[in-house]
Amino acid sequence: MQLAEMAATTATTGARPRHSSGTWGRRLAPYLFLLPFLILFVAFLIVPLLYALDLSLWKKALVGGTRFVGIENYQKAFVDAKFWAGVLTLVKFALMQIPVMLGLALLFALILDSGVVYLKGFFRVSFFIPYAVPTVIAALLWGYLYSPVSGPAAQIATALGWPKPDFLNPSTILPSIANIATWEYMGYNMIIYFAALQAIPQDLEEASTVDGAGAFAHAIYVKLPLIVPTILVTIIFSIIGSLQLFSEPYLLINIARTVINSSFTPNIYAYTQSFIGQQYNYAAAISFLLGAVTAVISYVFMLATSRRSAR
Amino acid sequence: MAIVGRSGATSASFRRSRWLLTGVLALYFIYTFIPLFYVIAASTKTNPDLFSTFGLWFSSDFHLFENLRDLFAQDRGAFSRWLGNSFFYALCAGVGAALVSTLAGYAFSKYDFAGKRFTYALVLGAVMIPQTALVIPLFLLLSNIKLLDTPWAVILPQLVFPQGVFLMRAYIDDAVSNELIDAGRVDGAGELRIFSSIAFRLMTPAVSTVFVLAFVAAWNNYFLPLVVLNSSEHFPITVGLANWYASAAGGSGGSLLYTVVMAGSLVSIVPVIVAFLLIQRFWQGGLATGAVKT
Repeated sequence: MQLAEMAATTATTGARPRHSSGTWGRRLAPYLFLLPFLILFVAFLIVPLLYALDLSLWKKALVGGTRFVGIENYQKAFVDAKFWAGVLTLVKFALMQIPVMLGLALLFALILDSGVVYLKGFFRVSFFIPYAVPTVIAALLWGYLYSPVSGPAAQIATALGWPKPDFLNPSTILPSIANIATWEYMGYNMIIYFAALQAIPQDLEEASTVDGAGAFAHAIYVKLPLIVPTILVTIIFSIIGSLQLFSEPYLLINIARTVINSSFTPNIYAYTQSFIGQQYNYAAAISFLLGAVTAVISYVFMLATSRRSAR
Repeated sequence: MAIVGRSGATSASFRRSRWLLTGVLALYFIYTFIPLFYVIAASTKTNPDLFSTFGLWFSSDFHLFENLRDLFAQDRGAFSRWLGNSFFYALCAGVGAALVSTLAGYAFSKYDFAGKRFTYALVLGAVMIPQTALVIPLFLLLSNIKLLDTPWAVILPQLVFPQGVFLMRAYIDDAVSNELIDAGRVDGAGELRIFSSIAFRLMTPAVSTVFVLAFVAAWNNYFLPLVVLNSSEHFPITVGLANWYASAAGGSGGSLLYTVVMAGSLVSIVPVIVAFLLIQRFWQGGLATGAVKT
C-alpha cells in the first residue's frame, strides 16, 4: 500500500512539476492535522505526567519547605502495607469480576450471533443500557438495593422471617462491588464480541453447515478461536480498569464506613493522601507505582498468552 | 440460516433450545432492569414509604411530581444548574474530542511523517495511565494557572481522547481510499480541501461514534470534576448527586434527601438512555470498527 502510494506520488509530481507547492503542503499537512491533538495531549497528559514524576521525587518537610529526596517516596511506598493491601484487594476483585463479566459477555454474544433466540435486537440493546448510566448513579442505585433498611433483598428476607442478607460486610463487599461493575460493563463487552463475531466471513459459516455442525458446536469450535485476539484486548482493558477502581467503593463508603477505609484501593489511597492529607508528593509516588504495577500485570498477561498461542 | 432444511425431529429440539436460550437471556434482562426499575419505583414514593414499602413495587401514594418539585427546589435550584453543567461539559468534550481525534486519526492513517510510529505508540500507551496519576498533578497545574474551579478545568482535559484517535484511524484506513485522495491531488486540490470536501463526508459515521463515546465519558465522569471543582455552581450532576447522597446517608436531617437523590438519578439517566436508543446504529457501528481492527 505504501509502495503504491509512493508510486502515485511520483507519478503525480512527475506529471505536474509546477505543483511542487503541493508536495510541500503534503509534507506539512500531517503535522497541521495532528497539531490540535498534540497540543492538548502534551498540555493535559505529558506535562501533568512529568510534573507528577517530578513531584514524586520531593518531600514536604515540616520546616524548611520542600526538599529533593530522590526515590525515598518510592522506597516508602514499596514497603507500605496499606498500598499493597489495596493492590491485593484489586487483584482479588479482578480475579472474581473479570471472568464472570467476560464469560457472560461471550456467552450472550455467541447466543445472539448464532441467531437461535427470540427478540435478538431487544436483548442486545437492553443489555448495553447500563453502560449509559453514570458510574456514580450505578453505585448509588446498588447502594440502595444493598441497604439493610430500604433494600428489597432485606425486605424479602424480613417478610419471610429469614436473616437479612448482608452485602456490606468485609467478606461480601468485594462481590457486591464486582456485581456493580459487571452490571455496568457486561453489555459493553458483549457488543464488542458481537461485532467481532459478525465480522467473521460468511463462507466459513457455510463450510461448517455443510459438515453438519450444530449451531452451538459451530460457535465454539469455529467462531470462538477467531475472536481470541478481541477477547485478549478486552481482558487487558478490564485489568487496567479494575486496577483503577475508585468511584464504586468511594460511593459505598457512605453506607459501609467501617468496611471501606481510606486505603481500600490504591486510587482511593492516593486521593485521600493528596486531598485530605495534602501529601501530594507521596500520592504522586503511589500513582506511579500503581501505573508500574498495571503495566507489569498487563505485560505478564500478554507474554503468557502470546507464548501459549505460539505453541 | 443453518436451520433451513432440517428434519422435523431436529427442528423440534431446535425450537426447545431456542426457548431455553431465550429464557437465559430473559433472566439476565430481569437482572439488568432491577436497579432501573427500583429507581423508577423509588422516585414515585414519599420518604417514609421508601423505607416502609417493598422496594421493587409502587406504593399507594403516588408522589413523583412532588419529588420532582423538591428535586428542582433543593438548595435553591442547584439540580437544574448541575444538569445544565453536565450537558454543557459533555457537549463541549464530545464535539471537541470528535474534531481533534478526527484530524489526528486522518494524519495517522493517510500520511507518512517523521515520528509517526513513536507518536502513535504514545497515544496507545496513554490508555494505561491511572486516572489519579494524571488528575492529582492536573489539579496542582490548573491551580497555578488559575483555572481551578472553572468549567475549563473539566472541559480541556477531556478533549484528549486517545480511544477516539485509535478508532478514527482504524475507520479511515478502510473508509477513505488512497486512490480517492490521490485523485483529488491530481485535480489540484490542496490537502485541507481534500480533507474537508472529500474525505470528511466518508468519515461521518465514525465521527459521530467518537462524539457519542466522548459525550458519554464526559457525562459519566466523576473523578476529574470531583477534584478540580469546588463550588456547587460548577458541579456536574455526578458530583452534585454524590454529595447529596453522602449527606442523606450521613443522617442528621439529611435523610429527607433520599427520595430527592432517587428523583435526581432518574432525571439524569433518562436522557442518556433515550439518546443511546436513538443513535444505537452509530455506536454499534463504531464499536464494531474498533473490535474488528484489534
